[in-house]
Amino acid sequence: MSSPFDINGGACVAMVGKDCVAIACDLRLGMQALTVSNNFPKLFNFGPSTFLGLTGLATDVSTVSDLFRYKVNMYRLREERNIAPQTLANLVSSSLYEKRFGPFFVSPVVAGVNYTTGKPFICGFDSIGCIDFAKDFIVSGTASEQLFGTCEGLWEPDMSPDDLFETISQALLSAVDRDALSGWGAQVYIIEKDKVTKRLLKGRQD
Amino acid sequence: MTQHRAALRLRLASSSSRHSSSTRPVTLFLPSSSSSSSPSSPLHLSAKRIIDYVLLGITGKDFVLMAASKAAMRGPTILKAEDDKTRQLNKHNLMIYSGEAGDTVQFAEYINANISLYSMRNDSELRPEAVANFVRSELARSLRSRNAYSVNLLLGGVDPISEKPHLYWMDYLASLAPVPYAAHGYAQYYCLSTLDKHHHPDITLEQGLKLLTMCTDELKRRLPIDYKGVLVKVVTKDGVKVLDFDNDRIVKSA
Repeated sequence: MSSPFDINGGACVAMVGKDCVAIACDLRLGMQALTVSNNFPKLFNFGPSTFLGLTGLATDVSTVSDLFRYKVNMYRLREERNIAPQTLANLVSSSLYEKRFGPFFVSPVVAGVNYTTGKPFICGFDSIGCIDFAKDFIVSGTASEQLFGTCEGLWEPDMSPDDLFETISQALLSAVDRDALSGWGAQVYIIEKDKVTKRLLKGRQD
Repeated sequence: MTQHRAALRLRLASSSSRHSSSTRPVTLFLPSSSSSSSPSSPLHLSAKRIIDYVLLGITGKDFVLMAASKAAMRGPTILKAEDDKTRQLNKHNLMIYSGEAGDTVQFAEYINANISLYSMRNDSELRPEAVANFVRSELARSLRSRNAYSVNLLLGGVDPISEKPHLYWMDYLASLAPVPYAAHGYAQYYCLSTLDKHHHPDITLEQGLKLLTMCTDELKRRLPIDYKGVLVKVVTKDGVKVLDFDNDRIVKSA
């Protein structure tokens, strides 16, 4: 039987630029080789400039995103402020480790700009919550190997928001075209200190 | 059945050894491909004995067409030829289901009762999106229990306020996706390409029925089993209606 991480397919990537970050995902939902939907976004918003990307088993993508919507809403009510990306990262980590011996089959990615320091932040996790901090980019999903290649080749430090959009889009589209389990369009968010731009990429529909 | 028992025994054996042996080296469960069905993870990723029936759903301008095959099968035997695999959840929402015998009706009844309860308590009907998310949450909860329901579903509904049709595809793992048209079981492999080519979001009911006929014709042509025709229902802003559907059409084989 195939791995639960590869049943539904999907890809997600986050990148750091100069005073900005970008996060992008594909839109496919499949059952093995059969595509069921091409409108299944894997990015979730948890504050004005904080995003969580989830790839892996589709049921857990929904369950985990619902769980964090609840947790982050409770945080916002209790603290009367928005959650910082760093705090969200620790919340994701501890919440996933709670399920150490029966984990959610997801590979999360957090991206955001800290609203007090203005510093960009990205990190990734394994399914049991081990955080992977990175200064450049984070990849996850069935196209992660391809994404490592394209990001390694295209990323450079201190990109402007426009350059970052171009880079992350090309990296994702090139990667998913070499993966049968992801693709079918993409979503890209460019996050700056007080501006978030969402763009939809059509991509190859085969 | 034997396999099933063996799996259960294995699970019981390993769970008891986990409690008793503190001296034995502990193997930690890693979420790798080989150990995904390991006893420490209660997640049931392999469909136990999902029997594939035909489920089809097509949205149009102001309606959702739902079709479910009428055969109740067990192995190669057809037990019933007039089975109703549909369930009206409230005025504007219809669910069609297939899966392991027993689980299907049990789950449908549970969902049906709870949505009725909601309507009675709050004096308002759940919208299609709310119904879909409720059903998903219940199925997702059951997925991580000892005995998960293996039920595949299609949820069709019309929002009574916007009068827009909604169709949700959901499998036994509780993966939920909003779709313009959907299928479950073998129908997926035979009908989705037909629907890809001919479906339009603003088709009329007549066009929708024509599309459904194309799908059932293809199933008759290519499926080796007789699914005993389909029961067709349509959801509109006025509620759910059974439609007359000609299941006796003779289709020329390929």
